[in-house]
Amino acid sequence: MTDAAANSPRIDRLRAGLKKRYAREKRFRAYGLLAIAIAVGFLVLLLGRIVEQGHTAFYAHTVTVPVYMDPARIDRGYPQGTNFEQLVAEQQLARMGVQDDAAGTKATAMRGLFSSELKYLAADRVARQPGLIGQTVTIAAPASDDADLFFKGKVSRDTPADQRRLSDQQIQWLDQMKADGHVSAHFNSGLFTRGDSTEPELAGVLGAVIGSALMLLVTALIAIPLGVGAALYLEEFAPKGKLTDLIEVNINNLAAVPSIIYGLLGLALFINWMHLPRASPLVGGLVLALMALPTIIIATRSSLKAVPPSIREAALAMGASKTQTVFQHTLPLAMPGVMTGAIISMAHALGETAPLLLIGMVSFVPGLPHSLVEPTGALPSLVYIWENASERAFHERTAAAILVLLAFMIVMNAAAILLRRRFERRW
Amino acid sequence: MTWLFLPILIAAAVAAFLGGRALARRRSEGQRAHSRPGQHGAYALIWTAVPALIVLIAASVFSPQVERQLMASGAPEAVQQLEHFRREAFYADARAVGAGHQTAQIWPAPYAELLPAEGQRAHRISLMLSLGGIVAAALAALLGALFVFSQIRPGMRARNRVEGWIVGALFACSAVAVLTTIGIVASLVYDSIRFFHSVPITEFLFGTQWSPQTAIRADQIGSSGAFGALPLFTGTFLIMLIAMCVAAPVGLFSAIYLSEYAGPVFRATVKPVLEILAGVPTVVYGFFAALTVGPALRTFFNTIGSWMVGGPLDGLGQYLMLVQNQMALVAGGVMGIMLIPFVSSLSDDIINAVPQSLRDGSYAMGATKSETVKRVLLPAALPGVSGAMLLAMSRAIGETMIVTMAAGLAAKLTLNPLETVTTVTVQIVTLLTGDQEFDSPKTLAAFGLGLTLFLVTLLLNIVAQRIVQTYRQQYD
Repeated sequence: MTDAAANSPRIDRLRAGLKKRYAREKRFRAYGLLAIAIAVGFLVLLLGRIVEQGHTAFYAHTVTVPVYMDPARIDRGYPQGTNFEQLVAEQQLARMGVQDDAAGTKATAMRGLFSSELKYLAADRVARQPGLIGQTVTIAAPASDDADLFFKGKVSRDTPADQRRLSDQQIQWLDQMKADGHVSAHFNSGLFTRGDSTEPELAGVLGAVIGSALMLLVTALIAIPLGVGAALYLEEFAPKGKLTDLIEVNINNLAAVPSIIYGLLGLALFINWMHLPRASPLVGGLVLALMALPTIIIATRSSLKAVPPSIREAALAMGASKTQTVFQHTLPLAMPGVMTGAIISMAHALGETAPLLLIGMVSFVPGLPHSLVEPTGALPSLVYIWENASERAFHERTAAAILVLLAFMIVMNAAAILLRRRFERRW
Repeated sequence: MTWLFLPILIAAAVAAFLGGRALARRRSEGQRAHSRPGQHGAYALIWTAVPALIVLIAASVFSPQVERQLMASGAPEAVQQLEHFRREAFYADARAVGAGHQTAQIWPAPYAELLPAEGQRAHRISLMLSLGGIVAAALAALLGALFVFSQIRPGMRARNRVEGWIVGALFACSAVAVLTTIGIVASLVYDSIRFFHSVPITEFLFGTQWSPQTAIRADQIGSSGAFGALPLFTGTFLIMLIAMCVAAPVGLFSAIYLSEYAGPVFRATVKPVLEILAGVPTVVYGFFAALTVGPALRTFFNTIGSWMVGGPLDGLGQYLMLVQNQMALVAGGVMGIMLIPFVSSLSDDIINAVPQSLRDGSYAMGATKSETVKRVLLPAALPGVSGAMLLAMSRAIGETMIVTMAAGLAAKLTLNPLETVTTVTVQIVTLLTGDQEFDSPKTLAAFGLGLTLFLVTLLLNIVAQRIVQTYRQQYD
């Protein structure tokens, strides 16, 4: 009783202190949660913004227009030479009851609402069916990039006319076409079936996808065998000594060298010295292979380390040689880990951009790549090129290209995770 | 062309394997052989394929140089008088004509007439070189095969010899890593030395003027260009500092929460999310910075500025209203986000490496979790955590795409995060992606910058790895 009474001020003080300490504990915990919330929040924001900007690139608008195939203006022998865009624009003006001036500025303005693809579509129809000349044909004409953006609601009417790429008159025409029910949206398959183009509505990612695939093929063929071989040597065969230590330190440092340095190496070694073709998938693949090598070596070594020594000892005890032990027992058991590491480093190589810029993959390459030694684009460099393009319609396509890139990376990483889940063995 | 021989070589190697196996079987009939017939076959395969492959690789590496030499030595007078680049272009077109392709450009009178003849010569030379390569490779394969078939007998230690070759090949694989380093150092140093011949190294390191545009005409103002890289170094440092201000606290706190507070389910969901953040390509972060964060922050500062204008802070308000999209804060902030998972996973490993007994001791004394973290775990993990931070800094310095897309090009000597600055990596990309002429100081400057970048990141990495290693050993 007396003890407690004597201690009570101290206990009170401790109690008060305890309250403060618990409050501090709660705050500290909240900081931790906040940090995680910030990281996750930014991921959501990043992906959300890209989906928001990119999803509109997956569909495009066409305007259904009746075209009178005027025999006076179409050369039967050479329909490709006809200026169908002008023809359609003039007929469209007449249908809307607009009188053009002498210079034809209104027809030019109308022409600007249709993609230049219209010409090929019309010429193709006439070339295949010459009987159509003199008749009226309905053509679903792809809208130009500006008109397409307008239909997608990305051109604000409130912007002053001199700051937008569509004039008031063009907007009025577009409104009228829409009100007449001639405008329809459809899946933008061209995005996946075409190469790069200077015109946004004709630009697609297929060329870059093929370029990236060729490049990754070269990378995988070089980096995986070399990386696994190097890891086998260092983990299983290398005598402990200065040379081995040097190689180890070297590999650890190479893994942390900035990627742009590999670009400089590629430029100096493969292009300026060996005279391999600039911007080709071969050079890109070689540079990425040198970059991926240290990561593959490190991943392979750790999965070789995970194979218990008893396996090796058992094989050696049965009379297998060192090489037989490694290739018939250790390596097969480490293979799931090796493949996981290899796929992850390939996914990483797929997203690498800076070295590609230095070996020349910054310029516009139309069409689809055919070989390993021709200039090609790659997905990440396409993102960079489109991001720099001035046409606004390229912005949504940049985001769409990013979505394609991310989709490939997700597939590769998911494959790696599945492989690990399916084959991973705990000893 | 030379590589057309490859399928034949593969067939020859397979034949050598089969032949070697059969020969070993026949020769060792009725007696005990040291190695199995298959191992003799493998030995035969190696000796047939490897020498020929070496010849093929050598031929394809050196034949462009030899071809150039041969073309130059027999070229007509008019072509020899052309300047270097025109001459190269002429040879390229001659090769194209010889191969039956279109020329890249239209050549004027004396050269146009020379083209067909030169094209034929180019065609002959390249045919000769490829044939020579193929014959040499075939000869090498034949000699190898003859040698190996004379060797096959029951007592030969074929298995050991094959294994020796395998170990040699594996060693060669790991030597590639060393060769890569040598290649990096050699290419950077070689071009840097040429750069430092025209620009003194002291001016490069301490000069405050950076304007690498060399003029087209020699008499233009600023024709020499200025190569003082100090503004680039401060710009890189500023952006790195901003990135670390974001990544260090957020990364460290999430690592602490994940390793000390989070339950297994929470951990299992958040860790993959952080891994996704780490796997996003940097070009995507660059896009995000340039088109989302940049405009948003600019609007934010401009709005604040417009409130201040006319008030007591009028000057600051005026300044804030002129802030650009490309301010250092944007690139640095987004780079910080990119580094969060990197810092967090490294710190997580390090905190987990602190022995449980230290935590238990602290809890037994009545400390709360946060007190344990602050007074026991962090001091114990400090060396490791600082190593992780150094690695993150090295990443930030070498990061290219975010800054290329979201930071500016103007080299300003400032530490104000609202100003536009440029970095070493941005300048390397700019110098090497425009219209470039080889051997101009402008192109070589990129290699000087690359060498500086390489040395600084290498130093940071070595120090960081040392620290982390000694830290790990402490608790092992």
